[in-house]
Order: sequence, then C-alpha cells, then structure tokens
Amino acid sequence: MKISREDVERVAELAYLDLTEAELETYRTQIDEILEYIGKLNELDTAGVEPMAQVLADDQSADATLREDVVIPCDVAAEILKQAPDPEAPYFRVPKVIER
Amino acid sequence: MSAAWTIDSVREALAAKKISARELAADFYKRIGQRNEELNAFLTLSEERAYAQADRMDALVAAGKPLPAMAGVPIAIKDVISTRGVRTTCGSKILENYIPPYDATAVERLEAAGAVILGKTNCDEFAMGSSNENSAYGAVRNPEATDRVPGGSSGGSAAAVAAGIAVAALGTDTGGSIRQPGSFCGIPAMMGSYGRVSRYGLIAFASSLDRIGPLATNARDVAAVMGVIAGRDMNDSTSTTAPVPDYRAAIEKPVKGLRIGIPKEYFGAGMDDGVRKKIEAGIEVLKKLGCDLREIRMAHTDYAIATYYIIATAEASSNLARYDGVRYGLRVEDDSLLAMYRKTRGAGFGAEVKRRIVLGTYVLSAGYYDAYYLKGQKVRALIAQDFRDAFTKVDVIVTPTSPVPAFKLGERTDDPLQMYLADIYTVTGSLAGVPGISVPCGKICGKLPVGLQIFGPAFGEASVLQLAHAFEQAGGGSV
Repeated sequence: MKISREDVERVAELAYLDLTEAELETYRTQIDEILEYIGKLNELDTAGVEPMAQVLADDQSADATLREDVVIPCDVAAEILKQAPDPEAPYFRVPKVIER
Repeated sequence: MSAAWTIDSVREALAAKKISARELAADFYKRIGQRNEELNAFLTLSEERAYAQADRMDALVAAGKPLPAMAGVPIAIKDVISTRGVRTTCGSKILENYIPPYDATAVERLEAAGAVILGKTNCDEFAMGSSNENSAYGAVRNPEATDRVPGGSSGGSAAAVAAGIAVAALGTDTGGSIRQPGSFCGIPAMMGSYGRVSRYGLIAFASSLDRIGPLATNARDVAAVMGVIAGRDMNDSTSTTAPVPDYRAAIEKPVKGLRIGIPKEYFGAGMDDGVRKKIEAGIEVLKKLGCDLREIRMAHTDYAIATYYIIATAEASSNLARYDGVRYGLRVEDDSLLAMYRKTRGAGFGAEVKRRIVLGTYVLSAGYYDAYYLKGQKVRALIAQDFRDAFTKVDVIVTPTSPVPAFKLGERTDDPLQMYLADIYTVTGSLAGVPGISVPCGKICGKLPVGLQIFGPAFGEASVLQLAHAFEQAGGGSV
C-alpha cells in the first residue's frame, strides 16, 4: 500500500478540503492504484538529469520578457467586488480570523 | 442556406450580401436551439454580445469597407476561457455564477478580427478529464454517435463544431484536451507550441502545460484561427515574441519529401484494432503524397502518463488554492475562516477535481516531493529530449491521437487510471511543449472517427498545418 487513510486525511487538511468518509476511502484506493502505476518511473535512472519545470523558448526568459514598469489606469475595483460572496467596499469580508 | 460554413464562405457570403452577419448569427442560434438539448455542448449563450458584433460587421459591409479575417464567423469558446460579461463556470459548481470582468487575449483577438462569439461550451470541470463526463453541468454527447462521449476536456467545443452549431471553437489542451475530442468527434483540432498563444484569461489548471487552441471543420480554418490568436501578449510573460508566420499561406506548400517519423512506441499494446487499421491506411496516404517515412524510437513514451499525472496534479493543487470563497465563486458559510475554506472547497469541487487536488498535494508534500514531483520533472526532461532528438532526423512525427475511438458514456467513469490512459499518445507532446494537431483519419465501421496526430518541433506550427492540410486534401479524412 502506497498511501494510507491517514495520509489522505493529512493531505486533505493541507489542501483545506472537506472530504466525506466515503470520499476518503474511495480516493485512498484510487490514488493508491495511481501511485502504484506512477512507481514505474523508478525503472529510469535519472541521476544527472536536470529537472524540467517549464518549457521556455530563448526569448521567454525573465530578462527578455520584462516590460517597462508604467502605471496603467485600472478602475475595476467595483466590478471585481461584485463577484465576491460577501463584499463590503472596498473590502472582501471573511469570518473572524483572530480570536481574542 | 449552406449546411457547412467555413471561415472563407462566411466572409464571401457577407461581402456578396448573400446573408447578413445578424441573419447568420440568428441561424446558428436556431441550430443551437434544435441540437443543444440533446448534445449539451453549450452552457451559456452570449446573444447580446454576438448580435452587437454581427451588427458591427454588417455596418462594415454596408459602408463598403474591407472585412477583417474572421468577419461574422460564429465561434464557440470553451468555458475555462474568460469572456467579459459572459458567465464562465469552468464546468464547476464553484464558479456557477462567475462573470469575468475581462476577456482572455485569445477571445479579444478573435473579436477584433470580426468573429461572433456565440457562447461558452461545456467541458470537464477545470479541464480535468478525457470524456467531458466530469462537468458539473452534465455530460456532452458525441454528435457522431450520441450514446458515446465526445472526448475531453474540450468536449463541448468539439461537439459544437462537429454538429455544425459553430463554425470554429477555442479549446484548451493540457494533456490532450483539444486533440483527443477532435479525434473522437472527427474534426481537426490543434494546440500550438507552449508560448505560441497567450494564456491570459485562461483559468489555470496546470500552468506549465495549459494551451489555448482552435477546433474547426478543416485544416485551413484551423490555420486561420491560429494565425489570429498567436503571438506575443504583454499580459502573459510566457508568450513568445517569435514572429507569427502566415499559416494560411504556409499550408499550401507541397509536402513531397517531408521527413515523417513514425515512432514504434505509439503502436503498442492497448491500441484498438480498428484505430490501428485506419492509422495504417492514413500512413499509406502520406506515402502517396511523396513524404519520406522513417521509423523512429522515442524511448520514454511509456513513462509519459505517470509523469503527466504528477506534474499536472501538482500544478493544479497549487492553482486551485485560489477558490477559497472570498473573492469570487461559491462560499459555504461557517464561523471560522478555515472551516469556511474547507466546506466551500468540499462542496464546490467535483470528484475528479478533488481527487487531483489530493494527489497533487500529496506529491508536493514534505517527504514525497523528491520521490514524485522532482522525479517527474526529471523524466519530463527526458521526454522533451526524445522530441528534440527526433526532430534532428525528421521534420514532423505522426502517431494515432488516441488508442481508442469514442467510448460509451459511463464506460470508464469508475476507473480513473483507465481514463487517464486514454491520453497516452497526447500527453507526450504536452510535456515537451511542442505543437500538435489531430486530423480526421477515417471512421471505424463508417461510424466512429479516428484521429491522426501530427507533432512538429517547437514553433513548427507551419509544417504541422501544412501536412494536416495535404493529408485532408488527399482524402485522408475518409480512408
């Protein structure tokens, strides 16, 4: 077994994801099978291989793509707040974070 | 009225005043009204925006002014691509009522070129799936065989084009999500190189893999849409400044002598016999065109699915952290902030999205990062090297798009790994960042479409399109 029920619970906690009892068990079984399959990568010797995080052409390096830092008018606050579940202009309201 | 419109025939009909852009849009909405209940291809229609744009095109015609490249062409947009003022759900309950305040660059460019945006197409939730069955708004049916899936995740876009209720569509491809549904629905469908089309306004799934690209009824229209949406965008630092060739002109070049690599690894076990026969017949067409076919090896192909499901889920777990019930989308109330996050995400995401968040968080978590994520990145480098090596010997690579034709609705939903393996021939090119297209290559028993995939080297879109067009013209679509 690659992944335990406790692992799934821990990961769901890290991802702020409520899972039902049924989901916990289903995901554990399915992810275990997927990790078993992924294990085939260990057949490959990757010592000395540089990890590839991104596909970038020569002109896409950070230096080449920086633009001039200029102020562009962007008056969209009201429109953006309209999408929020609980807005109080100019803020997003959330449940209390700090207990006294 | 013509049954099958193309980009050119629309423009010509408008210029000749045979039809107005408004009449054409109305005709497409009528067709959508007739077909969509069964197909479920569209989630949201944008009539107001479409008619306003159609009227702008009709005004140009009336004034005798030149018409832009995509004038009046009715287009569908996958629902993971932002459209200002038009609901964009990503096929998810968590964004059920989300209305973007801005347009994706690709959408903005299409509209600037005269296209008429009909509406938003159904897809797997956050583009995670290979059958469109992971949409929170119901599965899409394949217009070629309505008891079967259209493929995914751009299933709605593929079904809309194949059913003739859009002339072209935008999809997105992370592991095969444009090419595989194109293959299942019998239409050409393309992803450009990573960096070729701006991702600005594409709601992120896996940022190092996600690409926007066109689906249409013929290779020339795919080339036309690609030409409009490609090119540098200051709002996406990964979009390249490499010049955009005239793809429509490039595709007319003869393909005689073009060196085509056929990798042995793409014809292994698990491949449907019917698919194999059609692809072999397709390869005969390429020979008759005078192409120079060579068997090549791509040694790491068999490791691509495992690599992909590490990298894509890791990036997804990070990208989807933004859905927290604070700034947009669903919120499930609770007195505590953290409980609000957990409940919102638990209720808002569907099963496949949650499964991928759990897997992605796991492969990135302390103690597992090196064994999974870092290992995946290293194998990704080997897969990309396979492509670079191959392109020192050949100009393009030809493979099947999918090992199987469209499967029946519900047939694979209980087994995620089996579903993932449907992407076995497409994820390689996604990981390597190269361009790829799926073109129709006959139908099994005259019913189920098969797709032939063409990969090119990075920024070699022109060669890919050139071969796709030549194959289509030589009757490859009906082998």
